[in-house]
Amino acid sequence: MTATTITAPLTKGGRVRPGAGLRQTGTMAWRSLVSVKHNPLELVDYSITPIMFVFLFTYVFGGQMAGSPEEYLQYALPGIIVQNTLFMTMYTAMSLNSDLTKGVFDRLRSLPIARSAPLFGRIAADLAKQLWAMLLMLALGAVLGFRITGGLEGFVGGGLLLLVFALAVSWSAVLIGMLAGDPEKVQVFAFTLIFPITFTSSAFVRVETMPGWLQAWVDINPVTHLSDAFRGLLVGGEIAGPVLWSLIWAAGIAAVFIPLALRAYRARA
Amino acid sequence: MSYAIQAEGLKKRFKETQALDGVDLEARTGSVLGLLGPNGAGKTTAVRIFATLIRPDGGRAVVAGHDVAREPGRVRAAVGLTGQYAAVDENLTGTENLLLIGRLLGMPRRVAKGRAAELLDRFQLSEAGGRAVKGFSGGMRRRLDLAASLVGRPQILFLDEPTTGLDPHSRGEVWDMLRGLVAEGVTALLTTQYLEEADKLADEVVVIDKGRVIAEGTPDELKSAVGGQVLQLRPLRPQDLERVHALVTEAAGGETHVESGMIIAPVKDPALMPAVVRRLDRADIPIGELALRRSSLDEVFLALTGHRAEPAQRPEEQPSSPDDAAFERVGSTGGGS
Repeated sequence: MTATTITAPLTKGGRVRPGAGLRQTGTMAWRSLVSVKHNPLELVDYSITPIMFVFLFTYVFGGQMAGSPEEYLQYALPGIIVQNTLFMTMYTAMSLNSDLTKGVFDRLRSLPIARSAPLFGRIAADLAKQLWAMLLMLALGAVLGFRITGGLEGFVGGGLLLLVFALAVSWSAVLIGMLAGDPEKVQVFAFTLIFPITFTSSAFVRVETMPGWLQAWVDINPVTHLSDAFRGLLVGGEIAGPVLWSLIWAAGIAAVFIPLALRAYRARA
Repeated sequence: MSYAIQAEGLKKRFKETQALDGVDLEARTGSVLGLLGPNGAGKTTAVRIFATLIRPDGGRAVVAGHDVAREPGRVRAAVGLTGQYAAVDENLTGTENLLLIGRLLGMPRRVAKGRAAELLDRFQLSEAGGRAVKGFSGGMRRRLDLAASLVGRPQILFLDEPTTGLDPHSRGEVWDMLRGLVAEGVTALLTTQYLEEADKLADEVVVIDKGRVIAEGTPDELKSAVGGQVLQLRPLRPQDLERVHALVTEAAGGETHVESGMIIAPVKDPALMPAVVRRLDRADIPIGELALRRSSLDEVFLALTGHRAEPAQRPEEQPSSPDDAAFERVGSTGGGS
């Protein structure tokens, strides 16, 4: 090996330069995205599961719930997309946990790079995957007869709202990923938590049909607000209230989980 | 003389465990320092402190001329780490794993690609470079992991049990590669449970147990200072083994043991060998094999710690002992930028 050393991206004080930190975050995001190429199963998770959900909900439940599959699709597709978005945040937890338990973080931390780059890179890449899954489901919905009546601004606004909410929730995923013993535990935890939360909402059925005590919860459930807001933006309906509540929930979740997640990250990764 | 790694009074505590209890050690620039000790001795903790993954509670460590607690960034720019298990991304190809490190270190894409190809070639992974690491064998993963720690051309390399779980052939390959690196001027700190490994690779050895240094020196110095010579004896008829064992124990006046049909006795008095021969002759017991040899590092280890080095048969990705990274990570407090 020659004596030439590469110039580490450090300042005179031995700190990582901000520009370098940003580029490292980009590199880490590239790593998360390129891995999809070699792990077709991950693609199955990201694409097939949502597609299966769309088909199942539309053709199995659709006729009974709304008279016809097409009518139900128009109501439920936004809810299905919201549910899928929440499930997908747990991939962030699983992949961070896998990096932690497999020693990848040890390697990364022994490099002269920004401490935050692996975390931010992962979150950025997972948001890109979220966007991909959302577009895929909307495209499939369009084939089955789903129509976006909210125009371009409804489409863009809905997409942004969903990503902002996903970003907030992914901080809880970071915390779970840092605390869990192994990736399988993350999966079990996510399923038992997210499944009931998404079903006790307006994501799939109208709230009026539920018993009163359940409605009390459903009305404050963030998934209800997010589903209503997303649906309102895409196909019409009330927008202002649900969007506001969704953003308040997102801010609340972020305010609670960002400090906890960062503390856990600093301690473990 | 310049030192690549220096530690003074290093201390680290994890809840109930005093992992390091005042460790002093130094590694000369361009040498291999072997850090030896049983499971839970504190080897991994020491490496994690030197590689800036955790901060010491007390004492100080200077690596590549920089204090690990005060200038972790500078230390990171000079070191490479290969942990107990191959820390490579299974979903990426070999090339992509190396490309990732190169890009993180600020190499332009073209340079990073060239470096990746060079390292894959050097570690005989060129053919597998385009395949996902998932399909790699254990030996290939370790080689890739070692390659990954070399992307930034570190002056100092930390190898934490780099051959644990490898078959003898793969282990030999890792040894050869390490020798090549040292010949180029890299300083290496190697922890291992394989005493043979330390014996073959290390210029100097530090033995730690329960967080303290209990011996240090070159492997030869340790062997003669601590172990001295060993008498090794095999009776011709296996059924004589017990009788001979009793007889040798009496003559040696100390601890002897039996190992695969062979009686092993430390030689404290040069007259032991003739004494044993006379007694066996008198008892009319035929001897199959009799030899005086220098004690192995294994026996040194036994003499120093009172127990044998663990054979380290645990599978690669199931850390379970207290010295393992997973345990320590739970208790680690963040250090660094």
